[in-house]
Amino acid sequence: MAAVFFMVTMALYFAATVSFLALLLRRADALSTFALTITAVGFATHTVALVMRMLTGPGASTPSIHEALSFFSWMLILVFLAVEFRHRLHVLGSFIVPLALVSLVSAAALPETVPTLQPVFRTLWVHVTLSMLGTVGFAVAFVAGVMYLIQDGLLKSKRFNVLYSKLPALDFLDDLNQQSIVLGFPLLTLGIITGAISAEFARGTYVNWNPEQTWALVTWLFYFCVLVGRLTVGWRAKRAAYLTIIGFAGVVLTLVGVALKSFGSVS
Amino acid sequence: MHIVVVGLSHKTAPVEIREKLAVPESRLGEALTRLCAYQGIKEGILLSTCNRVEVYAVVEDLEAGYSRIQEFLADAHLSVASEQLTPHLYWQTGDRAITHLFRVACSLDSMVVGESQILGQVKDAFETALTHKTTGLILNKVVKKAISVAKRVRTDTRIAETAVSVSYAAVELAKKIFSDLRDKTVLLVGAGEMAKLAARHFMAAGVRHVLVTTRTPQHAVVLADRFNGTAVPFEQFREEMATADIVLVSTGAAHYLVGSDDVQRAVKQRMNRPMFLIDISVPRNIDPAVRHVDNAFLFDIDDLKFRVEQNRGERLQEAERAEHMVIEEVAAVRQWLQSLEVTPTIVALRGRVEDIKRAEVEKALARLGHLPPQERALVEAMASSIVNKLIHNTMVTLKSEVTTADGAAFVEAARRFFNLGEAGPIRDEIEIDESTTRTSVNKPG
Repeated sequence: MAAVFFMVTMALYFAATVSFLALLLRRADALSTFALTITAVGFATHTVALVMRMLTGPGASTPSIHEALSFFSWMLILVFLAVEFRHRLHVLGSFIVPLALVSLVSAAALPETVPTLQPVFRTLWVHVTLSMLGTVGFAVAFVAGVMYLIQDGLLKSKRFNVLYSKLPALDFLDDLNQQSIVLGFPLLTLGIITGAISAEFARGTYVNWNPEQTWALVTWLFYFCVLVGRLTVGWRAKRAAYLTIIGFAGVVLTLVGVALKSFGSVS
Repeated sequence: MHIVVVGLSHKTAPVEIREKLAVPESRLGEALTRLCAYQGIKEGILLSTCNRVEVYAVVEDLEAGYSRIQEFLADAHLSVASEQLTPHLYWQTGDRAITHLFRVACSLDSMVVGESQILGQVKDAFETALTHKTTGLILNKVVKKAISVAKRVRTDTRIAETAVSVSYAAVELAKKIFSDLRDKTVLLVGAGEMAKLAARHFMAAGVRHVLVTTRTPQHAVVLADRFNGTAVPFEQFREEMATADIVLVSTGAAHYLVGSDDVQRAVKQRMNRPMFLIDISVPRNIDPAVRHVDNAFLFDIDDLKFRVEQNRGERLQEAERAEHMVIEEVAAVRQWLQSLEVTPTIVALRGRVEDIKRAEVEKALARLGHLPPQERALVEAMASSIVNKLIHNTMVTLKSEVTTADGAAFVEAARRFFNLGEAGPIRDEIEIDESTTRTSVNKPG
């Protein structure tokens, strides 16, 4: 049953993505209402799928990357709907919804369960949830950064097109970028700490310096610098936009590493 | 005798050309004198704004007049050759020239249709011409008419109400950089009309902190008072720039006041918070290289034009009505101008005296009863001789003076003396405010 809701969600997100991308090019109130509606419906079916999986699925075993990505996608849509509700910012959907779709499709492509090799601890669930919440923060910061650079480019080149009129003010995007990192960073920090604790329980060592762990730490350090640079020496605006885009690339690499590992562990 | 306009505007020439041809206010008089020194140019008025440089003139010979005015325009700047201007210029005569002036005054030819500054600029240009006595009968009438038409358009159509000015476009752009203008600071450099207007728009949009600087400290204090802001010494404004989120520059300076380095430094001091710079001056006062500074957004007058052209739709309908009013008024002026032509005046004059003579002769003959044909002829001959002698000199003078600068004035005088009638509607003119005309006459320099 959960799988059906999952597939329906994916179809709805796909339709929403197409509509939102079309909205980048043209002004159409009817289309934006449609896109928002199917996104909200998709969010509802997604929620049902997640809850059903939690109740019936292998809740006790190690959380899989499939579940993590699906949760990530769900959180992205939640954040979008929240911002949309507060600021009426349809255009955010054109950036966040495709990202949510990509992560959901990736989730579908990955194995749903991971055979448990080690004793399972509840802390692993906490680790995955916190890390994914932190990742959502970075993803929103990334989207804000992309939107910032586009708007910056449009303003600089004086191209007052449809996209220009839809994108919000630069300082709004910069604020969104900052808030997302300020929220995402502590969450990821906690995620890494709980991960280390889980690892200590499972393997007796906090860090074993495998590639994805190393990447995660590098990424964490990078965001740390971004945050400190922003608060002290004014790494904001365009620079912050670039940095958060680079940082998110690190996040994606880490996730790819984890995903590859899950393939490896299956085969 | 031809009324002509030669000029260029934002529609035909980029700011790089316009700023070269723009005549600063202080040198308008000199330029006008130079214009009217050309042979064959009898009357002249020079309209030089950020968006247009135009010469309206009354010339003897059309082709010669055109080329002299073009020469005059090219003379404004050393690096501009007369031929270089050709692709940017427009030449109009007669009704078309008058229509052009009316449309300009009514702000139908403006970057932002319906903006209000242009009418003031036309008035100023006219006053300057009056001060230097470079206009005569024809231009005085035509320009006054243009001003009255523009006033009528403003009161009778909604063109001004719905209009978004270039200065308002600046506020619109600012809102794409700053989501909330209430805690932002505006620095106003110079006291150009557009900049003041933009500052007012910014305040209406919520801006509370205004810094003002002008070359004359007292002027800055007065302006600061008006905007409830703070005056900044002109020498220091570059240092103050970092505290300003929005910098509005509009001075009469002929060079760049703000360079790339100044902006770079300010952005650095602001810890990369974005800055919005608007240069409404022509010639430009902010170095265009500022465009390349990160987190600084520079817009010059041509950029603002881009923005405003998109929001025209609604205004165009009102503009349509204004165009109709212009056409009506041009017809009235044409009628009056035709009355100034010498041949119809002479014909009318002959007709008039002939009527008077006939009426008087008939009256006299009726009283005299039956006269022999010979005596009748004598009375008639005497009457003819008197009226002919009376108007003879008038006709000779009209014919000879028509080629001189005052020709039209003679025609006008003859028409009035002999009550020859003229285009009616032109009479109930609004006057250029007597008071302003007088002060401008007294203005030194």
